Amino acid sequence: MARVVVIGAGPAGIAAAEVLSRASVEVAVIDEAPRAGGQYHRAPAPGLALDMRRLLGTGYAAYETFHNDAASVCSRVDYRPGTLAWGVHGGAVHLASRGAAKALGYDALVLATGATDRIMPVPGWTLPGVFTLGGAQALLKDQGCLIGRRVVVCGSSPLLYLAAVQYLRAGGEIAAVIDTTRFADKLRALPDMLAAPRVLRDGLHHMAALKRRGVRIIHGATIDAFEGEERVGAVVCTPPNRMPLRIACDAVAYGHGLRPETQLAELAGCALRFDAAQRTHVPETDLDGRAGQGVYVAGDGGTIGGGQAAAVSGRLAAAAALSDLGATTNDVDLEAGRRMLQRLRRFQRGLATAFRWPGERAGQLDDAVILCRCENVTMGEVRAAIALEDGAAEVNRIKAATRCGMGRCQGRFCGPGLAEVAAISAQHPGSERDRLRVQAPIKPLPIALAEDVVP
Amino acid sequence: MRETVVASPMLFRVASFDTPVVNLTVDGRSIQARRGESVLAAMLSHGGHVRRHEHGGAPRASFCLMGACQDCWVWIGAGERARACTTPVADGMEVSTSPTVHGG
Repeated sequence: MARVVVIGAGPAGIAAAEVLSRASVEVAVIDEAPRAGGQYHRAPAPGLALDMRRLLGTGYAAYETFHNDAASVCSRVDYRPGTLAWGVHGGAVHLASRGAAKALGYDALVLATGATDRIMPVPGWTLPGVFTLGGAQALLKDQGCLIGRRVVVCGSSPLLYLAAVQYLRAGGEIAAVIDTTRFADKLRALPDMLAAPRVLRDGLHHMAALKRRGVRIIHGATIDAFEGEERVGAVVCTPPNRMPLRIACDAVAYGHGLRPETQLAELAGCALRFDAAQRTHVPETDLDGRAGQGVYVAGDGGTIGGGQAAAVSGRLAAAAALSDLGATTNDVDLEAGRRMLQRLRRFQRGLATAFRWPGERAGQLDDAVILCRCENVTMGEVRAAIALEDGAAEVNRIKAATRCGMGRCQGRFCGPGLAEVAAISAQHPGSERDRLRVQAPIKPLPIALAEDVVP
Repeated sequence: MRETVVASPMLFRVASFDTPVVNLTVDGRSIQARRGESVLAAMLSHGGHVRRHEHGGAPRASFCLMGACQDCWVWIGAGERARACTTPVADGMEVSTSPTVHGG
């Protein structure tokens, strides 16, 4: 029997596995986390008395449905939680779990690897107390902790408003929400945003809830710095046509939307393309998620669209894999799924306008600002390396020269900023961005394992 | 350089664990946590950072909290490395924030 391996047990991976589990194929679901859910449906650690119904509000029904489905699906397939897929090579996925390495061959591979926060470096972003926006939510849902008592939520993302509402519901204080995109751009994006009316409605609802609670919301501000010595103590920002503001806090949740985790797709030989709307690289796929020979990409790991779209794309990818393997499924309404994903593309254009990636900021940051937090490489060091190449250096050359992007996170957090610095130096403000190449293992492995995993 | 985690707690707990207490040490200092807590949550419930950066010594308290940024690696016991945000606490665990202090 053919074996289909699904990487990731979030909304896309579980939806794909659900379809696959009802066909005559062998299904394995590999997930780095100990519990299914991904980031979107992350569940509390066992024994944590966190009232998810209260925390999620209207989102609880979808959460509950997901976890019921996931429990059922995971009991029917070869489900391997706590397992890192660190590479793809020779028709096999390479896994590491509890000190042991294994290779798992596949006939079809469904990558549902999700996304992480996209970050523009800013002075003070490495200070204790500054966390990603997604991380601030993950810590609350998984561990029942807030990142601080008085939190500034900032950057540009629909998740700013969701995270702020969840922190208030959990008993935290929100010092301010600072959205770096202007309110006028949000209005301009409305026609495209209407392609996903439910998401839009939820967003407006969250903004209204924050205003009712008296939370200060600042639109269109530039974030100048996160200030502090051993811990962040304030955010300095400049609203449009105003003097800089200093907002006291003891923690910051920061992010500019999401960037897909494309590392395994790249190692599996999929082509990546620069998506002009999202301003990031995504795997090249057809509408069903076909990304190469026997490789399928679903969910935010392919195209950022949120949990609902992820589940739809997971079902489409599973149906495509089954069809290509010669197995049939009647469970998936392909046309409805494709129509929904096409609407999503329009919605994404809206999102990219309403929550702008502030690429130009990279050109304004002081030389002393840390760009690569793993290797402590500054903007100045990167600019000096670019100058040596007469102002036009490809990011992988800059990486080799400066170690920017060479650290343990493999450029997940400095990569987008580095691409902007390189583009600004090369005077290519509107064009395509460079991309750091990936290497296996895509995350650090314990040294004890290294001897077992040399291919 | 021996660096102990002594600062006001970073995190604000809003939901508690109804699980057994576990005792662990961070750079030789005893702290208590509950089964189910991550090493990171336990450390930042008792202190203000996770480690000092190997270049320059600036304090770091992790960043992504979901196993992506790799900014919270610590040493457990006699030199095993672990990512604090995705490693659960265990009774008797000895956590070190720099390689020179492991094993006490």
